[in-house]
Amino acid sequence: MSHEVVLQADVAGVHGTAHHEEHHHKQSFITKYVFSQDHKIIGKQFLITGIIWAILGGFMSVLFRLQLGFPDTTFPWLETVLGKWGKGGHIAQEAYYSLTTIHGTVMVFFVLTGGLSGTFANFLIPLQIGARDMASPLMNMLSYWFFLLASVVLLSSFFLETGPFSGGWTAYPPLSALGQASDGSKQGMDMWLTALVFFVVSQLLGGLNYISTVLNMRTKGMSMTRMPLSVWGVFLQAVLGVLSFPVLFAGFILLIFDRHFGTSFYLSDIFVAGQILPHEGGNAILYQHLFWFLGHPEVYIVILPAMGLVSEVMSTNARKPIFGYSAMVMSMFAIVILAFLVWAHHMFVTGLNPFLGSVFVLLTLLIAVPSAIKVFNWLTTLWRGNIRFTTGMLFAIGFVSLFISGGLTGIYLGNSAIDIHIHDTYFVIAHFHLVMGVAAFFGMFCGVYHWFPKMFGRFMNSTLGNIHFWVTLIGAYLIFWPMHYEGFAGMPRRYYDYSGWESFKQFISLNKFISIVVIITFTGQFLFVFNFFYSIFKGRKVTNKNPWQSNTLEWTTPIKPLHGNWPGEIPEVYRWPYDYGKDGVDFIPQTTPVGEDESVH
Amino acid sequence: MSVAVREQKRSAWGGGYSPFKVEYGKLMMWFFLLSDSFTFGALLISYLTTRFATMGWPDPNKVFKSYPGASEFANAPLVFVSVMTFILIISSVTMVLAVQAGKEMNKKAVIKYTLFTIIGGLLFLSCQAWEWTHLYREGAWWGRNPFPNFDGSLSSPNFTNFFFTITGFHGFHVFSGVIINIVMLIMAFVMYSKKEDII
Ligand code: HEM
Ligand SMILES: [Cu+2]
Repeated sequence: MSHEVVLQADVAGVHGTAHHEEHHHKQSFITKYVFSQDHKIIGKQFLITGIIWAILGGFMSVLFRLQLGFPDTTFPWLETVLGKWGKGGHIAQEAYYSLTTIHGTVMVFFVLTGGLSGTFANFLIPLQIGARDMASPLMNMLSYWFFLLASVVLLSSFFLETGPFSGGWTAYPPLSALGQASDGSKQGMDMWLTALVFFVVSQLLGGLNYISTVLNMRTKGMSMTRMPLSVWGVFLQAVLGVLSFPVLFAGFILLIFDRHFGTSFYLSDIFVAGQILPHEGGNAILYQHLFWFLGHPEVYIVILPAMGLVSEVMSTNARKPIFGYSAMVMSMFAIVILAFLVWAHHMFVTGLNPFLGSVFVLLTLLIAVPSAIKVFNWLTTLWRGNIRFTTGMLFAIGFVSLFISGGLTGIYLGNSAIDIHIHDTYFVIAHFHLVMGVAAFFGMFCGVYHWFPKMFGRFMNSTLGNIHFWVTLIGAYLIFWPMHYEGFAGMPRRYYDYSGWESFKQFISLNKFISIVVIITFTGQFLFVFNFFYSIFKGRKVTNKNPWQSNTLEWTTPIKPLHGNWPGEIPEVYRWPYDYGKDGVDFIPQTTPVGEDESVH
Repeated sequence: MSVAVREQKRSAWGGGYSPFKVEYGKLMMWFFLLSDSFTFGALLISYLTTRFATMGWPDPNKVFKSYPGASEFANAPLVFVSVMTFILIISSVTMVLAVQAGKEMNKKAVIKYTLFTIIGGLLFLSCQAWEWTHLYREGAWWGRNPFPNFDGSLSSPNFTNFFFTITGFHGFHVFSGVIINIVMLIMAFVMYSKKEDII
């Protein structure tokens, strides 16, 4: 390719004068891999921490699914492994609630927020906008270390006598405010809060960095509308995070005061264990407002980066421009704005004024519009493409499937008249696991398989990858689809044992089936874990700078870029990133100048 | 591909430089302030909703009627509070003047106005410390509210809970600002004595 030759010449020409000589210094292992300020290393640190968390979080779900699927069977090994939490071969009640709570917290915050946006915002922003690093590499490093600190604190709560917090990932008071309410509400809750405060700090440090890097440090010619959608995704998620996490933070401050300083922000007139508490005048619903003001944007914080990654991978592998680039960007903007205006759809049954509820119904249904536009654009991007079914591409397509399936049930839930009946049932579990949980995981897998060659200079094994894809896709549908039926039948979420209810006895074998699929699907994830770590050291080597024949800037860096990314000058950008199959040319990288007789996008 | 190449148009958002012509630190600060206003916004809205949902609330004229050195029977409703607000506003004025002086490369003025700002901040914090101590002596604290409602009925501790939490958080904010200003003062001073040309 002529383009590559030119670039190489460039490198040779400016090398002597490049202001990047400093990076040829020898670095110790500690500064290079541990306290690194290189955005690529920090991205990988987020990724590996995220993977470890995902395994732990997934294992927690296997444990509590054992209880749900086999309430009458004893598993003596549980007692061996878990001690008093597995007494008599059953997951103890308190342990069950802790496991579901920490599973939710870990998956939403530590894996799908920290692990997903932390990995790809860090790894991709500088590489794709043409910057040497983040605006502030130091803050970036601190962002990771606060994340790790948060992780360590949360994990250590497992070693408390009273166990980790057990009141659900949403941590509603009074359960979260009163130590005497349950075992998990004691020190476990303090550690949960500490961990999440550190997590918010990490998100702010990271988010401010992502925003200012994208705004300020784009290379010449990289206007906002020439940015790959993957950068748009992480940029807008950062804006969402910077504006919504502070509200959660404020909510946590009040909660901490309620717990330890005798206030009653969220508490009033309470009896616990036959004891009258002195609290008066507070309102537990206030917490729910503060929580969901973050909580709803949070679900988009999770999904926006995934949407961006999927768009990028899909266009590259369909060898077609993304359909409706500006519609994609506009709908992400619309999502960011609307995400702040729908939070009370989680609170239809809190005694919310029905009129106010109807306003939130309207706004909630509005947010389905940009989501649908995006789905339409993905499908039209695939339409008549020359699709290359790489593993990354499979996961991108799987993402769209899951996002549709889960998004449609969101429209049911968004109508308060229906939601009043299925709120807090398995229908909600099915909805958000498909649309957010598994879909965002698919976005993450799609990104990892696709950018692995850039991260480690080797490929992941695609046979293993494809098996992993099918196991996960089929598994996810088999697990979560049946939960819709359970939800319609009114089966509440967060119960320890359903076998005592006549109405839910019909689901005994269905629950057993779900649990078995959970175990198989969870085991299947080790295909990925093995593939990932094995390929880092033994994977097929990348020999071409641009193995996917992609247009974006990261593929103009050396196969294994050093800190600073480009050995010579940063390349200039002349076109948008989606010139695939234009005028009969398979792909035209962003660094190729626009010819005189060529139409500009 | 054709060899002839089209000229790229340059624009503020076209890449290669900052669209707002500011360095990244300032950009981060803007977004941080935005995010910070959401923290305070959340606390204040929580206060407002609780206040509207609570039957009675103490009369501020009766709560804030004393001042340092006043006798027990002093009745100066909201006077000291206004003085505190005034100090805070003046210190933001001196802060703006310091920034302006910095833009004009007038190091002496930078040092002067930064110093005034720090003094203003410390003055405010001392006033707050006095006020908290005073209220504490009157029996007010988190979870305790000795002040009756407007109509004389017994009031809930909501007032003191929010008062101490929000003013405490705000005081912490002012305190961080003072620390940052002190650091900047030292830096300006070092540069001044070295006759360096950057500020
Ligand atoms: C198509 C647009 C969507 C609509 C109309 C919608 C609507 C809703 C509603 C009304 C609820 C509350 C159900 C209840 O608790 O009774 C809900 C729950 C939830 N949604 Fe969605 N949703 C949509 C898309 C999404 C997306 C894209 C995500 C994530 C990426 C998401 C994540 C969640 C989560 C995590 C919950 C449950 C939180 C919990 O209670 O633990 N939703 N959704
Ligand atoms: Cu929501």
